Amino acid sequence: MSENLRVKSSQYIDETTRVSFKFNGTTYYGFKGDTLASALLANNVHLVGRSFKYHRPRGIMTSGSEEPNAIVQINPNTNRTEPNVRATEVEIYEGMEASSQNCWPSVNFDIGGINNFLSPLLPAGFYYKTFMWPASFWEKYEYFIRHSAGLGKSPTSNDPDIYDHRNIHCDVLVVGAGISGILAAKNAAKNNYKTLLLDEKNELGGSTIYENNESNKIDNKISSEWLKKEIEELKNIKNLEIKTRTSVAAYHQYNYLLARENLTDHLEKKDKINKIRQRLLKIRAKRVILATGALERPMVFNNNDRPGIMLSSAIKKYSDFYGVACGRKIIFFTNNDSAYESALSLNDKGIKVEAVVDIRKQSETNLEKRVIDAGIKIYWEHTVVNTSGYKRLNNVSIMKLSNDGTSVTGNKISISCDCLGVAGGWTPAVHLYTQSGSKLAFDEDKKIFIPNKNNSDQISVGSCCGDFKLDEILKNLNEKLKDFLDINKTDFENITVKNDEEISKRNIWLLPSDKALGKTKPFVDYQNDATAKDIKLALREGFRSIEHVKRYTTTGMGTDQGKLGNMHALGIIADTAGVKMGELGTTTFRPPYTPLTFGTIVGRNVGKFFDIFRRTPMNDWHVEQKAEFENVGQWKRAWYYPIDGETMHQAVQRESKAARESSGILDASTLGKIDIQGSDASEFLNRVYTNAWSKLGIGKCRYGLMLNEDGMVYDDGVTTRLGENHYLMTTTTGGAANVLGKLEDYLQTEWPELDVYLTSVTDQFATASLCGPNSKKILKKIIPDLDLSDENFPHMSFKEAKIGSIVCRIMRISFTGEQSFEINVQASYGKALWEKCIEAGREFNITPYGTETMHLLRAEKGFIIVGQDTDGTMTPIDLQMDWIVSKKKYDFIGKRSLYRSDTMREDRKQLVGLLTDDPKVVLEEGAQIVSELNKNPVEMLGHVTSSYFSPNLNKSIALAVVRGGKDMMGKKLFIPMEDKTINVTVSNPVFFDQTNERLNA
Amino acid sequence: MFVINCPYCGERDQQEFKAGGEAHIERPKQPTELSDDEWAEYLFMRKNIKGIQYERWNHAHGCRKWFNMIRDTSNDEIKAIYKMGEKPPSI
Amino acid sequence: MGNKYSVFSLIKNALSYHENWQRAWKDPAPKKEYDAVIVGGGGHGLATAYYLAKKHNMKNIAVVEKGWIGGGNTGRNTTIIRSNYLWDASAGLYDHALKIWEGLSQELNYNVMFSQRGVMNLAHNLQDVRDLKRRTHANRLNGIDAVYLSTEEVKKFCPIINTSQDIRYPVLGGTLQRRAGTARHDAVAWGYARGADEMGVDIIQNCEVKGIKRNGDSVEGLETTKGFIKTKKIGVVAAGHSSVIANMAGIRLPLESKPLQALVSEPVKPIIDTVVMSNAVHAYVSQSDKGELVIGAGTDDYVSYTQKGSHQIVEGTLNAILELYPIFSRMRMLRQWGGIVDICPDASPILSKTSIKGLYFNCGWGTGGFKATPGSGDLFAHTIANDEPHKLNAAFNLNRFVSGDLVDEHGAAAVAH
Repeated sequence: MSENLRVKSSQYIDETTRVSFKFNGTTYYGFKGDTLASALLANNVHLVGRSFKYHRPRGIMTSGSEEPNAIVQINPNTNRTEPNVRATEVEIYEGMEASSQNCWPSVNFDIGGINNFLSPLLPAGFYYKTFMWPASFWEKYEYFIRHSAGLGKSPTSNDPDIYDHRNIHCDVLVVGAGISGILAAKNAAKNNYKTLLLDEKNELGGSTIYENNESNKIDNKISSEWLKKEIEELKNIKNLEIKTRTSVAAYHQYNYLLARENLTDHLEKKDKINKIRQRLLKIRAKRVILATGALERPMVFNNNDRPGIMLSSAIKKYSDFYGVACGRKIIFFTNNDSAYESALSLNDKGIKVEAVVDIRKQSETNLEKRVIDAGIKIYWEHTVVNTSGYKRLNNVSIMKLSNDGTSVTGNKISISCDCLGVAGGWTPAVHLYTQSGSKLAFDEDKKIFIPNKNNSDQISVGSCCGDFKLDEILKNLNEKLKDFLDINKTDFENITVKNDEEISKRNIWLLPSDKALGKTKPFVDYQNDATAKDIKLALREGFRSIEHVKRYTTTGMGTDQGKLGNMHALGIIADTAGVKMGELGTTTFRPPYTPLTFGTIVGRNVGKFFDIFRRTPMNDWHVEQKAEFENVGQWKRAWYYPIDGETMHQAVQRESKAARESSGILDASTLGKIDIQGSDASEFLNRVYTNAWSKLGIGKCRYGLMLNEDGMVYDDGVTTRLGENHYLMTTTTGGAANVLGKLEDYLQTEWPELDVYLTSVTDQFATASLCGPNSKKILKKIIPDLDLSDENFPHMSFKEAKIGSIVCRIMRISFTGEQSFEINVQASYGKALWEKCIEAGREFNITPYGTETMHLLRAEKGFIIVGQDTDGTMTPIDLQMDWIVSKKKYDFIGKRSLYRSDTMREDRKQLVGLLTDDPKVVLEEGAQIVSELNKNPVEMLGHVTSSYFSPNLNKSIALAVVRGGKDMMGKKLFIPMEDKTINVTVSNPVFFDQTNERLNA
Repeated sequence: MFVINCPYCGERDQQEFKAGGEAHIERPKQPTELSDDEWAEYLFMRKNIKGIQYERWNHAHGCRKWFNMIRDTSNDEIKAIYKMGEKPPSI
Repeated sequence: MGNKYSVFSLIKNALSYHENWQRAWKDPAPKKEYDAVIVGGGGHGLATAYYLAKKHNMKNIAVVEKGWIGGGNTGRNTTIIRSNYLWDASAGLYDHALKIWEGLSQELNYNVMFSQRGVMNLAHNLQDVRDLKRRTHANRLNGIDAVYLSTEEVKKFCPIINTSQDIRYPVLGGTLQRRAGTARHDAVAWGYARGADEMGVDIIQNCEVKGIKRNGDSVEGLETTKGFIKTKKIGVVAAGHSSVIANMAGIRLPLESKPLQALVSEPVKPIIDTVVMSNAVHAYVSQSDKGELVIGAGTDDYVSYTQKGSHQIVEGTLNAILELYPIFSRMRMLRQWGGIVDICPDASPILSKTSIKGLYFNCGWGTGGFKATPGSGDLFAHTIANDEPHKLNAAFNLNRFVSGDLVDEHGAAAVAH
């Protein structure tokens, strides 16, 4: 059914392997090595998509990553679907499906095409000027705008593929494996530089590799033949790693580059499974050689966007590399010599070239002669003024250009054709160069931006620095390499190079038509449908900066990032505003060079590898007991242990009662532990905690509160003096790393004179906290020879003991108000210790409890949790913890800030208890507190920070911070909820055992 | 992403480090003697220089040592690195 | 108005091939003297000028801009607008702005595309839940629409979020402010510029301030690359460069300027219809009218004026995005860029007089200034015109760093326990 436009077997296409694929539901055949674009062209399919705004039919324009039009959805409705894929980049494989985007119901008949007829109403920025009436309707307008915008469709299921990262350090990175890149890499590696050569294509050699122009010769060989030999030699060079299908996405400062290596996108489905799809290379290069080449520009003329209108160089590549004719009657339209090379090459393959339309004046050169000899007519000083053919080009109209190039004269000549190759000159690909922070200069003669001031150890070589002719490329490359690589000579020092001389130069950014500009459609940005008219409109409306024009017209903001049209936009602005292009500057080239898959950027850090979970040595036991877990910082902590389908409330009530009535056990391994040693350890603690430490006896424990320098509570915990110059500090679970960092900071930068050493030992110890009236009996069973009497082992003291042969550190400290023993053992014994405690406690109904019960028990005692009852705005005075703030100490972190006018106010928010009038009503944590009802707006006095139903008191209790709360004992306040108001009374925050009798009971 | 030459470990990627803000702001020896204004100056006010800035860095995921850096904040060029307590080199 | 925008003017101009549109703003040379000069032609600066002219009848004023208007953070942010702030002072400030946003397109006769598609904030641990509930209660009592959502309600409102409870950062709930949303960032700058220009304000681009001339404790004028400009009132709205200008006046500010990055994906058909923010995993995402996913990353921790941040910040952000939206794994990043954000120690802005008479600063917006643009301009104009703050910006004075009366909007993120 489909036509075959294969012209000649190509050595780059494997014609023995036929590949079938589907496009818009129709099955086509191509060969292994084809891109989707080359395969479609071989089947004479040009209409591939619809444009963003006007939904104009669009075809394939280019043969590379700069493609603005031919973007498709790959494998629609599967979990490997991908939107906005350039048909010119993606290689076909057996079973691949692709479909057009941004059209409904089909690319052939697209309702959105009506926009093309409405286009007079849709100039640049039209949406800023309308859709404002009536005001409430914007969201309705917007609904339609959103649904008509967008291109492809996001995947809607999870990605089955895996991605990877690799860090590479190399001496020399060469980006681009055209002739310049290959010679650069070869000479670098041969001179003992560890070299990496990358290219986005699947073959090395750039455009030279399929060059067949008889007049481009190196050492009397056709340049492609010469280059093939060079490539062959690369195999035997040590120090050289080559990666194809690898696109450099970003060039950051300090020669840090990111590249995407594509590993499976060209393989059929069965070969993709369980393979790495793409790998992000994170490259740190000592030196970088950019050989990124140049991109051919189209030209801006009326209706320059029809399917069948392509870049001249692309037509040549499709014929020479892929063996595909882009049409049967081809016309070239040019302002430089490269179209002639394309025309001759096509002619050699028997593809009919009707004519070359050249805007330049006639010149008698060898090239011209060869074209005329081939029977191709040349129209000198002519321009295309219009084209026709809605879904496929069928005709172009040309007219003679005036001398100044601003108008056309004479008769209109109409030429029928099915393909127009446009050659508007070459733009160096300087995107990566500028990303690195390097600066460009404008070459007035060539009308291009070229590298000028390098920001790091790098050079640009080949056509990306404005060298377009083979002889100048190789001559300059030779000199640059010697200098950059510090070598005396290269291995291509003495070659002879021959190529055609350039005819002449003429450049017109916006070509005239016989119609008024307003009646034409000269596209500058194809994908976003920005025309030269839009650019002129923006200028007319006062948008003068290139960035303003870009944003107002959306030129250069499509998925191709304006690789084709940006220079025309600049040129038209310069011409219209009467300024020099060099003074305008360019817009910023933002990374990535080509779009980069999120999955590739993320690599392996997805799912369970997104962030680590830290688990305690007892974790398996909690899991076996079917505990529910809470995430605290990076830790998984047992939250509660439901039995027989208990709800959380039921479990917590049971656990809380058990802990106070007999015994409970908590896994406290997650608390941060910092080992502090040195002759100034006591002085150090004096400076970092609000209370005094010098007089703490060896073997004693003390609670400490740490502030920020701004006076606000930062962390808390119990510190034990293990020896004269040895302390063990505990911190909150979430705060451990930050506390250590902060202490190190002070120690190293403010107090280097202190002899103190800090070591994190959080992971080295496992901690089981035994609590409750029977805790002592249980501990006695485990360690029979330890004297647990209150005299020998009082509250807030420490003993070292042995369980069998295992040394353990035991602190008698309490966060529940019950007698408690925190037993610390080497982490590897943690689970054994835990199981031993459970075993020994069985007769006392020992009850494991989680963080929720811990929170409840401590709330009954009015103990704070930093981060829950504090929020970075609470001082110790606000917490009614004046007792812990030393008045005698001259200084400690944060002390000065406690004496500022605001921190000394009496009516700051202060920590209090709250009791609900109805003891069954449990307040919502976070609920706001007011003193007056029926007032709007109403002053919020504070909020509920912790709230529980206390099974031991059989009533609801809460902690809260309340403005001036210290002086409000017994005062009635209100909690206004959405649907009701709850009456509360301010109380002492210590609800249970206010005299601490149970600690020694 | 910079390459930072830790004075204790050598060249490492920036992601191993944490920045610690402006350097050479000494914590007052006698905070209680300061006025609220002077204390606020120490606590919060920063030069926030565009250009040559003296700043503190910490090799947080390495040796955990603090050191000083001179860096041009207008182009992120690192001019010099020196240890805590050392005099800044002239650049 | 000779140049009123409407569908009718669009049709009329279409007939003349859009050749007759007027300039949105002029490009005047600076006059010798102005009654006030605003330094910085971003959204906040242009809004300040607009309201000075409109509400305080100060028409002999200028906005001087180093580059092109709207080219700083105005044109680089992720356009999130919301007012669901915790503290009363913040809620008052941001809701004032939100109320102006609601009629801004009509007021400016410029479609700023304010789209009230809602902003959701997610909770990923129990403390997040407490913090978000606290904020929701505070919002409600401050008259700000905000509701707390269960995990199921989060899923219902934004079905593509992964709400599975066995992921690393499960969604435990969230808040929703329906009046919140996004706007078209460039349009805000252009709309205010056009409005201000029409009232006679001079908008002077490519004019960099090189010095501030003082006479004792008062300002006398500005040295610029376009010459000396005399004025008795200078309002500095220079965002990341605030400290640079402050330095010229000989004062210091409690600011650090850090890189903040953002990125967009390639455009796709509508897939996410609201704005979702998560502090815990640090990712926020919305979809622009054009179809791009707009994703905000975090700040780097060092001072830089390069408008470039480090790659690991972007990588970390996308890690978080794929945690919450694994379906986006095959989406592709189209563009990334950076801005310079000036951050205050309490993550709240400064809209304040200074110790120098006639010198005012509007800065310290950190990562979230865009949403405040209209309110900030209005209140700053009031402060400049009256030499006194409005009651809504009184708390955002410079003295709070001395007294300790901070408006600590990130205090509640001090995660511990």
